[in-house]
Amino acid sequence: MKENLAETRHLDKPRLHAVSRTAVKPAARPITAVRRKRYGLEIGRLMITVLLLGFSVLMIVPFLWMVSTSFKVNADVFRYPIDWIPDTWHLENYRQVWTGANPFYVYYWNSLKITGLTVAGNLLTSAMAGFAFAKLNFKGRSFLFLLYLSTLMIPGQVLLVPRFILFDWLHLLNTHYALILPGLFTVLGTFMMRQFFTSLPGELLEAARVDGAGYWRMFWQIGLPLTKPALVTLMILTFTWHWNDYESPLIFLRDKALYTIPLGLTNFVEEYGTNYVLLLAASVSALVPVLLVVLAGQKWIVEGIANTGLKG
Amino acid sequence: MKRIHQAKLHENLAGYLFILPNLAGYLVFVLVPILFSLYLVFLDWDYLKGFSGMEWVGLQNFIRMGDDPKIIKSLTNNTVYTILSVPSTMLIGLLLAVVLNRYVYYKNALRTMIFLPYISSLVAVSVIWSIMYQAQNGPVNAALKALGVAHPPGWLSSPSSALYAIIIMAVWATVGYAMVLYLAGLQGIPKDLYEAADIDGASPIRKLLRITIPMLTPTTFFLGVTLLIGSFQVFGPVAVMTQGGPVDSTMVLSYHIYLLAFRYYQMGYAAALSWVLFALIFAITLLQWKAQSRWQNTYL
Repeated sequence: MKENLAETRHLDKPRLHAVSRTAVKPAARPITAVRRKRYGLEIGRLMITVLLLGFSVLMIVPFLWMVSTSFKVNADVFRYPIDWIPDTWHLENYRQVWTGANPFYVYYWNSLKITGLTVAGNLLTSAMAGFAFAKLNFKGRSFLFLLYLSTLMIPGQVLLVPRFILFDWLHLLNTHYALILPGLFTVLGTFMMRQFFTSLPGELLEAARVDGAGYWRMFWQIGLPLTKPALVTLMILTFTWHWNDYESPLIFLRDKALYTIPLGLTNFVEEYGTNYVLLLAASVSALVPVLLVVLAGQKWIVEGIANTGLKG
Repeated sequence: MKRIHQAKLHENLAGYLFILPNLAGYLVFVLVPILFSLYLVFLDWDYLKGFSGMEWVGLQNFIRMGDDPKIIKSLTNNTVYTILSVPSTMLIGLLLAVVLNRYVYYKNALRTMIFLPYISSLVAVSVIWSIMYQAQNGPVNAALKALGVAHPPGWLSSPSSALYAIIIMAVWATVGYAMVLYLAGLQGIPKDLYEAADIDGASPIRKLLRITIPMLTPTTFFLGVTLLIGSFQVFGPVAVMTQGGPVDSTMVLSYHIYLLAFRYYQMGYAAALSWVLFALIFAITLLQWKAQSRWQNTYL
């Protein structure tokens, strides 16, 4: 991303600067002054870096504290000053989190299953509908798109009550379907994909059609590969949204065996109350594996957020 | 002529087939629930009594809200939460972005550290913070005492500080998001604006106020809207950390809707309240839209 930006900036530069650069030039300063200025700048830059580093460390102190405390015993949780590196590492907290009565791997499996299916399904239905809205002429297209748009702003809270009743009626409460099914069709995803398909030049698809390709091949072999950036962004957004969603599972699920990670974590809070080391070991278990994945793909996430501004 | 007609028909058919899976799901899981919810608004429905418990009450649900102290409390709390958290998140995010963009080494590493809370599960960070906020001997108050604060606040256990405790955590969790958006916005500002200002001998502060901030208006507007919408819908931290307590001091609309619908099973009243939440979000977005176009007409 950085390289790209630098590149585009370079590309822009000559055009923008052609006049101003040559026409107005600051009076040349004596070399020593320039050198002193640069030297001063670097000291300043270093100091600001150190300051910001302090701030950044402060930002991640809760995580450091979480990791360090999760290896302690309860008696040492609130000892002050904080022992950042425990004398003895108590791994039994993690053993209980992962192999106890409500093991964490069950929550991981549930979250993976729900998130994987919704993300894949949502990408497909959104891309197909987005393609049709952008590139195919059919009767009622504008009306349908307006209908979608009109519901784009409705918050999730409005949908929870009627969906609960709907799922109760369909006997889908307390099943993963209650979380997967609505996630397969999102207005936001359709809207995003439609915008992206609209920005694609029509000639490519036209050329394919002249060559005798059917609509499905136009979509699958030509359209879809070109929308990869939008698909990646949508994938990340829907992934983080479903992975971290708390309210829907809380409402739709009862059986602990069906719980997702956030719900499983709050279940620990309910069951073990002030057994803080256990809660923190559970928090580490909920956070760290995902954070590692996220950090590995940070480039795309930052880009996705910068492009759309949405977490979901 | 016939061929063209056939092709047209073919394209229509393709359009419908492509849209069908999405449209079917949209109708069943979005549009019908929305319409059903609009109908629920006029009902008094104790869900435990089943469909026979439905009773048409007209606008009674909305009239009832006027003297529901919990709703008034929720509205106040939502407002305080938004007024305090949104501007501070944006301001800190902006400062971090400006500094990070120009004045530091190891930009990417620092960005990652600041961004980390935002990509973490809100439920997990709520669990961590609620332990850190422990009033008697939690690390937050231990540190405050060590710094010489004799009577640190009770944080989540006290009605006078619980909401602020959640706000502080929320700001901590979202500044990374504001920073990333502002960083992206900064990339879009043409460099020659600064070069021209340098020639005029403008100070860094003046450049920030006269170039950077005005040029970032679209980002600021976008951030304002998304943060506002998010802050009016805050649910997770309240549900995990306080359940609206102590004595309703952290009761917010979304949590109140949750309690009404899924604890007390008052579906009609809960649906009505959810539409109030929508109306609020909609009105504020509209207002911001107006304010932004005026600001742009005046200054840009």
